[in-house]
Amino acid sequence: MPSYTLKVNGQSRKVEAAADTPLLWILRDHLELVGTKYGCGIGQCGACTVHINGAPMRSCQTLVSTVVGANITTIEGLDPAGRHPLQQAWCEHDVPQCGYCQAGQIMTAAAFLKNNPAPTDEDIDGAMAGNLCRCGTYARIHAAVKDAAAAMSKGGAK
Amino acid sequence: MKPAAAVVTRREFIRVSALAGGGFALSLALPGEAWGQATPALDDTAKVFTPGPFIKITQQGIITILAKNPETGQGIKTSLPMIVAEELDVDFATVVVEQAALRGDVGAQFAGGSRSTPDNYMRMRQAGATARAMLLTAAAQTWNVRVEELKTDKGRVIHPATGRVLTYGQLAAKAATLPVPDEKTIKLKSEDEFKVIGSRVGGVDNPLIVTGQPLFGIDQKLPGMVHATYEKCPVYGGRVVSANLDRIKALPGVIDAFIIEGTDNVSGLAPGVAVIATSTWAAFSAKRQLQVAWNESAGPGHSTDNYAAQAAELAKAGGATVRNDGDVAAACASAAKVVEAAYSYPFLNHATLEPQGCTAWARDDGIEFWTTSQTPGSGQELVAKTLNIPRVRLKINLVRGGGGFGRRLANDYLVEAAAIALRTKGAPVKLTWTREDDMHHDCFHRPGGFHFLKGAVDASGRLSAWHNHFVTFGYKSTEKPGSSADLSPEELPARFIANYRLDQSIISTIIPSGPMRAPRSNALAFVMQSFIDELAHAGGRDPVEFRLELLGPDRMVPPSAGQRGSSYDATRMKNVVRLAAEKSGWGRKLPPGEGMGVAFHFSHSGYIAMVAEVVVAKDGTLKVRQVTAAVDVGPIINLSGAENQVQGSIIDGISTAWLQELTFDRGRAVQNNFDTYPLLRSTETPAMSVNFLQSNNPPTGLGEPAYPVVPPAICNAIFAACGKRVRQLPITKTDLRWS
Repeated sequence: MPSYTLKVNGQSRKVEAAADTPLLWILRDHLELVGTKYGCGIGQCGACTVHINGAPMRSCQTLVSTVVGANITTIEGLDPAGRHPLQQAWCEHDVPQCGYCQAGQIMTAAAFLKNNPAPTDEDIDGAMAGNLCRCGTYARIHAAVKDAAAAMSKGGAK
Repeated sequence: MKPAAAVVTRREFIRVSALAGGGFALSLALPGEAWGQATPALDDTAKVFTPGPFIKITQQGIITILAKNPETGQGIKTSLPMIVAEELDVDFATVVVEQAALRGDVGAQFAGGSRSTPDNYMRMRQAGATARAMLLTAAAQTWNVRVEELKTDKGRVIHPATGRVLTYGQLAAKAATLPVPDEKTIKLKSEDEFKVIGSRVGGVDNPLIVTGQPLFGIDQKLPGMVHATYEKCPVYGGRVVSANLDRIKALPGVIDAFIIEGTDNVSGLAPGVAVIATSTWAAFSAKRQLQVAWNESAGPGHSTDNYAAQAAELAKAGGATVRNDGDVAAACASAAKVVEAAYSYPFLNHATLEPQGCTAWARDDGIEFWTTSQTPGSGQELVAKTLNIPRVRLKINLVRGGGGFGRRLANDYLVEAAAIALRTKGAPVKLTWTREDDMHHDCFHRPGGFHFLKGAVDASGRLSAWHNHFVTFGYKSTEKPGSSADLSPEELPARFIANYRLDQSIISTIIPSGPMRAPRSNALAFVMQSFIDELAHAGGRDPVEFRLELLGPDRMVPPSAGQRGSSYDATRMKNVVRLAAEKSGWGRKLPPGEGMGVAFHFSHSGYIAMVAEVVVAKDGTLKVRQVTAAVDVGPIINLSGAENQVQGSIIDGISTAWLQELTFDRGRAVQNNFDTYPLLRSTETPAMSVNFLQSNNPPTGLGEPAYPVVPPAICNAIFAACGKRVRQLPITKTDLRWS
């Protein structure tokens, strides 16, 4: 089986896996980073969103062989202490119901706010439209992203 | 429903012991019972597995409360411990909440029927209050003062006269030596003393969720664990004839592949092919190369189009009369207006975002599970019966489920994991379904249905007659409706009008049905509240006024003679209808293409009304602009969680009513994944206003009752906006273009 060295959350990690293995399952089964979730396997739901060189990507549609050398960030690496303004806003707004989609939601929002620190309501809705929430927490997600944007522009930016 | 106080019937249901190291441990002695039926108490469980106490207070002052019921996103892991914390009088933010495993001493452990709150409210209060009473007695004895001189606050006992203070931790060792007081002597707080109940509390797992820590069913990891997936016949009930097992076993990463003969129980161990591999992806990859010859002989004829044709034939033939009050024909003959309409709605999939799965570990002493089941007791029983293993040898750990909605009331994934675990030579195994498996093998579909309606409005503009010929589905039966496919003869407007007739016909199907969020109500409210709306408009009446008139005078409407079921509190319902109308600005003049629709429904002990406001563009594009909810489920435990449930129900209601249908072709589900079975996206989120009418009734659950009114409120608003009446779900089936 081929071997790959990946840069995940700032650490170098070596894995042996079939070349067609999606990054999602490398993270979950090989590296024990299970915060990234399997929802659909076809890039529809966004539960598997991670950052690759800072851009939000569907890890279920990203083959391991294509991300060697890239900077991969997962929910576990966003801020391990949970102090990222989005993580704090998510708790303040009590966003989750089941919580299964929320890591993907936060990763999408984190990449979005880096590029658009002062988003309008429409910007937020557009940016988050690729992430499904079966429980229907969209209103709180929107409010939390908005609050986090405000907190980050006040100087909490990371 | 039962008065809340009657729930506590057993004396001495609380026991106290000392924790190692001198702490206080309070245990319950409430025999468990599984979903829907009494089962033997699991007293033997304690001999095999040692369950810890229900409330623990260490000498260091760490307070731990067990969350007894399964959590799938309804918030019960937070709200039940809140109730205990209230009476214990501790700061909830300092409490450690631990998820209980399935055990024999904390009463029934299931998440269904919105029953967790009403069934546990008084018991949780009693448990917390008993612990507090004992801590007070310990302090009184320590200071040699009367208990009446003491008060508690945030985990401390205070003697105001002298200013002395002892923490619960300091009192724990002494309290553990005291006798448990008689429950009759325990004084519960009055509602105006509540600090925790009725507050806004974030979910106890939120910090783990936002940092991606292992938490859900699919996140379980054990040393030496292997990964499995399970291929079943796409046609319900189909059996394996043969499979290319030798080729599959030779694939990279595959450890084993084998046929499981299974049983005929579609929500049990269905026949299939298991693949065990070193990783989930290796298992999924191998599964794609499986070539299985199935016996699909049950499939032909079981197609959505065929069902619709059968329903139309049955409508012509007429059905068996289930209820016949007054004289519908005479009332129609003398009516000012008579309306006839055919309504229908599709089968639905629960589509929990976490697909089904389970981790199991077969050892010499039995099998241990880590499951997201909403009915772990029934799951234990299913495994015991299917695989002939004594229940006491099946330990069930409860882990957070990525959505439930009723799907996890079934335990098919649990018994599959058990059967596979018996073949892994002692290695723990995690079974993961693909999304496609989940879409094709929902053994508890929301059943589709057809309603052929005739209604009348008399000269005074009142609803005067209602005739429904309900064509539903029976599981391999034309005699008995399938699970959650029945229509109670008590369903509104029965009991509220003099001339009411319900006829019924049943189409035999191999598609299994079962509970989905607000079972029955999730479809029936669409039909009833839409047709009521048609009749209101036919009579030239305001839809809110017409409904208030139908509900009639303030009173409790009892079940009809010979019928089981709940009394219907017309007063509570009228109050939420009025509140929704008021908060939504009902009656505002809106331009063409914009409209408001109202609906109300009683289910799961909850009284709910909503007003939806929509915009329909001339090209038929729909936008749900605003939804205003009025909710009476009695006092609210966790205001944040409750509001989240109502908002979620609104999104779920729009999502299913507008976008979703599961169709069948020769006995197999056609849709595969979220590309063909879409969920609502964030861009379609309406403004939402959630208003609780916290009436002085026992608190009841909120996972389900807010859902049913959403589809009819939307559809009624569409009619108001553009004159198009939606009689078939999903809404996308109706051409909404207007000019």
